[in-house]
Amino acid sequence: MNTGATGFIRNGDAVVRAEIPRLGLDDFREQVLQTCENGGRLMALFGQPGGADRVRLCVVLANDAEGQLTLCSTDVGDHYPALTPACPQAHWFEREIAEQWGICPEGHPWLKPIRFHHSYLPRRDAWQRSPETPIQPGVANFFMMEGREVHEVAVGPVHAGIIEPGHFRFQCHGEKVHHLEISLGYQHRGVERALVGGPGKRTIPYMETLAGDTTIGHVLAHCEAVEALAGCRVPARAQILRAMALELERLANHTGDLGALAGDVGYLPTASFCGRIRGDFLNLTALICGSRFGRGLVRPGGVLFDLEEARQTQLAERLAQARRDVTNAVNLLWDAPSVRSRFENAGPILRGTARELGLVGVAARASGLERDVRAQFPSGIYRFAQIPMSLYHTGTVFARAHVRWMEIQRSLAFVFDQLKALPEGPVRAEAGPLAPNRAVVTLTEGWRGEICHVVLTDEAGKFAHYKVVDPSFHNWMGLALALRDQQISDFPLGNKSFNLSYCGHDL
Amino acid sequence: MRNLASLRNWSIVNLECADTMLKALLARAHQKHRTVGFPKQPPVLPDRWRGRPQLDAAKCPDGCRVCADICPTDALAVKGGQVELDLGRCLFCPECERACPEGAIRFTAEHRLAASSREALVLGEARPLSEQLAKALERRARKLFGRSLKLRQVSAGGCNGCEADVNVLNTVVFDLGRFGIQFVASPRHADGLLITGPVTGNMESALCRTYQAVPSPKLVIAVGACAISGGPYAGHAEQRNGAESVVPVDLYIPGCPPHPITILDGLLRLLGRLDSA
Repeated sequence: MNTGATGFIRNGDAVVRAEIPRLGLDDFREQVLQTCENGGRLMALFGQPGGADRVRLCVVLANDAEGQLTLCSTDVGDHYPALTPACPQAHWFEREIAEQWGICPEGHPWLKPIRFHHSYLPRRDAWQRSPETPIQPGVANFFMMEGREVHEVAVGPVHAGIIEPGHFRFQCHGEKVHHLEISLGYQHRGVERALVGGPGKRTIPYMETLAGDTTIGHVLAHCEAVEALAGCRVPARAQILRAMALELERLANHTGDLGALAGDVGYLPTASFCGRIRGDFLNLTALICGSRFGRGLVRPGGVLFDLEEARQTQLAERLAQARRDVTNAVNLLWDAPSVRSRFENAGPILRGTARELGLVGVAARASGLERDVRAQFPSGIYRFAQIPMSLYHTGTVFARAHVRWMEIQRSLAFVFDQLKALPEGPVRAEAGPLAPNRAVVTLTEGWRGEICHVVLTDEAGKFAHYKVVDPSFHNWMGLALALRDQQISDFPLGNKSFNLSYCGHDL
Repeated sequence: MRNLASLRNWSIVNLECADTMLKALLARAHQKHRTVGFPKQPPVLPDRWRGRPQLDAAKCPDGCRVCADICPTDALAVKGGQVELDLGRCLFCPECERACPEGAIRFTAEHRLAASSREALVLGEARPLSEQLAKALERRARKLFGRSLKLRQVSAGGCNGCEADVNVLNTVVFDLGRFGIQFVASPRHADGLLITGPVTGNMESALCRTYQAVPSPKLVIAVGACAISGGPYAGHAEQRNGAESVVPVDLYIPGCPPHPITILDGLLRLLGRLDSA
């Protein structure tokens, strides 16, 4: 499979690296800006070492309507004209490139570190920091508001609850938030660097813990990349089991989120019921593979655990009970006027803003954007069994809660259908060595949103470069804007309505 | 007329509130009382759950190193014919059990994993389980914390798996509050820290300062493979291989992530609320 001069590829199709169009900087820029202006969007933009202090920038652009991806690259030195001013979707990606490779995107309006680590090219740093000096996370030039009675609120990295670390800097006047700036990097574990030279013993554990609550989403994207590179066909039964696990992961997290949202507005009935029911969904995943988070289930070639008939029956019965329970618990939310009044006008993101930022997943769909990998770039069983996209239009906390509720109902229906449709057969095929000098892009719709893995192999069939884009990487900026002009007391609610991954961002 | 109108409005509002409350009460009747019987009753765990591993070195073929070679975190070592498994590094993944040609390694349904020392986490020579399980605090600390333990959770660079399974202890299923154990918002209100994650370089200073802000006497509980040994990230330059690199640890709860029952068992054992055997 080759890209041709146009650079078109599909989800999960491995292509020869040498055939990825390598454009001049101007043409590359043109390609990105034109695509984004004409309804396409930026899925990934990253750098990889190109030898002799050059860095190769690679971009994955998406055309949702056609289910088509474009992959192309260009070479840069230590600076280039930033894409962000013309294409805000590139904002966070260009900061990452600056931080990792010491390249300066000239004219970038918000050039600050995102993970607070030294450049991977020791002689170069986008902020001229010395490689000897330790870098302090969260120490950056935060945008500040000046004026009388303006105050600054700083939250994190150690937060009040049991939650991952991040830093939030609010510029407030009274209760009103005029600007929220989010600074992350506290969970940075150096996973992308450690993946180079793989696959190795730790590759699967890395994939399962990139974002620990999205084990299935990430490990599935990884395995589909490995299978594409190894030319391995996954048996149908395994594909269905994988999709069931992905949907169970979605069910557990969405249920937990609705409970947490209820808790944040002080509506305890739903909060306490959903806290428990989330565990019921996790225990269904554990019924399949022993782990509540789905660890040890998905592997290259298929899955490690099968469902014999008694287990299938048990799964169906318990799922039916969970459906009754979650319906009973969540419907209370929509009936309670106190809940509706808090949810309905909080944290709005308009459709235009969502498109400009390149939001993905639940947050995008709640603002009316039709973006769902299962429908637009389907792989595995999703090519044959469609789940309707759950959309809403107001982009508020209510919208994000309502989209989750619709997705719970649709995922439940999907799992029931698939349980009845499980074909006979093996659950794993042999995945051989990876083809050399290939590139593949794999996408899955994790429960937060689109997960993108871009994998490049070298002459020995080992990972030359491995780029992971968690949906949170696109969406943190959405949270920052959603809080503008909102009350600071609505921050936990707004934050919970997005519920983004800190470690998925930090890697 | 005005009084009638306001009476009508008051009635409608109150009827709506009563309606909402009635629905909530009916929902509670549907959802029922769901707190687990543990610790009074044995825990109910998934049949495929990978609990405490059991090593049967007698079954190991001479010179076989299959398990040690396949373990992603080098938790298994073969030393002089004896297999050793470091629970503090173990991710409880299925690889060694599947790879072993003789069935010398098996995951059991034993949920009791917490230990009071790093050494007690290494399985090797046969030792009674009671010796390896966590010990209760000494008398003075038990007097202070036994009936009211306030913990501050610090997430120091993990994947959020351990955080999620710690969070779940506060739900009605496990109801941590009934044991007097509570998570508090500030280290200044806390008796100790519960740490997850390998301690990334970017969290090192925050963890130190949080520890210093806890008034003495204080406890530290390390939950999960990352907090004990760095987990899958052990050896990465970006992290510090576990909480012990920064603060002294009183209780180790292995797992990736440990099941909420394992965490609860560890906490209760620390407070002397459970028997050792």
